[in-house]
Amino acid sequence: MRLPGLRALSVTTALAFCVSLSLVFFYAPIEAEEGFLQKIFYLHVPLAIVSLCGFVLGGLLAIAHLRTRDSKWDLRSYVAIHMSLIFGAGVLTTGSIWARASWGHWWVWDEPTLVSYLIVFLLYTTYQPLRFAIEDPERQSRYASVFAITAGAFVPLNFIAVRLSASYVHPRVLGAASNLPGSMAFTFLVSLVAMALLFATLCSYELTAKRTRILLKARSRILGFQ
Amino acid sequence: MVLALLRKELLVELRTLESIPGMSLFAVTIFVVFHFALNQNAVAGQEAAGILWVTLLLAAMLGINRLFVADADQGGFDGFLLAPVERSALLFAKALALLAYLLVLELVAVPAFGLLLLEPSLGQALPGLLAPLVLADLGLAAIGTLIAALAVRTRARDLLGPLLALPLLIPIVIGAARATAPLLAATHPGGPALRWLATLALYDLVFGLIAYAVFDFLLED
Repeated sequence: MRLPGLRALSVTTALAFCVSLSLVFFYAPIEAEEGFLQKIFYLHVPLAIVSLCGFVLGGLLAIAHLRTRDSKWDLRSYVAIHMSLIFGAGVLTTGSIWARASWGHWWVWDEPTLVSYLIVFLLYTTYQPLRFAIEDPERQSRYASVFAITAGAFVPLNFIAVRLSASYVHPRVLGAASNLPGSMAFTFLVSLVAMALLFATLCSYELTAKRTRILLKARSRILGFQ
Repeated sequence: MVLALLRKELLVELRTLESIPGMSLFAVTIFVVFHFALNQNAVAGQEAAGILWVTLLLAAMLGINRLFVADADQGGFDGFLLAPVERSALLFAKALALLAYLLVLELVAVPAFGLLLLEPSLGQALPGLLAPLVLADLGLAAIGTLIAALAVRTRARDLLGPLLALPLLIPIVIGAARATAPLLAATHPGGPALRWLATLALYDLVFGLIAYAVFDFLLED
């Protein structure tokens, strides 16, 4: 298979990461309170945003699957959720490191965003066990889509609920990113774009690999290699 | 149609007594477990609300896990699909049946909680408890029915049901526990927190709509 699109995407992603990392380390100013440590913000927050969007995207693709009954949408939904889970593990790890370094604990319950992220992550870790506990392939993709839609709708609701539960004690300014100084906001945006590109690239690689495997299986069945 | 299905559910439950006695007994046992685990004779306030809701949640999980088992194992789904009715009728009937189980469970579990663990008198808190109990039950019924239908035809259904349902039910626990905490305070008990009741109602509504939208796809074969 020749994949010019995939190659272009990979090169763009690599370039975007070079630019974003250089901006993070050489352009963005050192934050006054947290110092060098605050640089993890440019990794943690884009990871979180991209993976949450990936979860919701998985739900939207699942809607397309249930509407059209075309299994390619289910494959895309699966890949989006799978990749978001991997990114999600990164979010929790970097979040934990950040919490340890700035508050002294590996886990803090009074950070509603982190807590809601954990709940969403726990929900999505059951996606694959659910999927692979169903043998019939058609029912498997149908049930997985139902899960993806329910869970995709749960993502924003859960963030609202957890934020409400914490706001008694810790009043928070909504949209903390909007009051960043210009150079930081710019670096953050570039990091976000680079992370989104990485997500797209990894998803395309996984999709290509899965499609190739399906094709290979079909071919070997025709040739009687079973 | 929904009423006929609901009647069948309740009749089956009355004849087999598979869910409700188990759920109620389980809830009372959990109160005893909490007594020993926390080493406390009486609890109040947020702690009491937490114990009450964790217990109700776990007992509800038992009912949710069993909700569709007979249909999956004994051909109930096939029989239903042969009948010329809307598929969502089954969702409503099962959700109403689960709601009935939960109400009976609470008729046993809430007085038992008042008797065994609660420090302030239950009579005072009871009128205020009704709204959070009913709103949380509606949410448990909607999400529980959807997840039960999703998990029942998988290989590891007893394991998957709770794993899928608990994260989805966390917002209900947040809302219900926060709404009931002021009612169960040892001194100066207040009314239920209206903000949390509104949150619960909204969550119930959204998940009721989601369950209605996707349930049909679970019943196609």
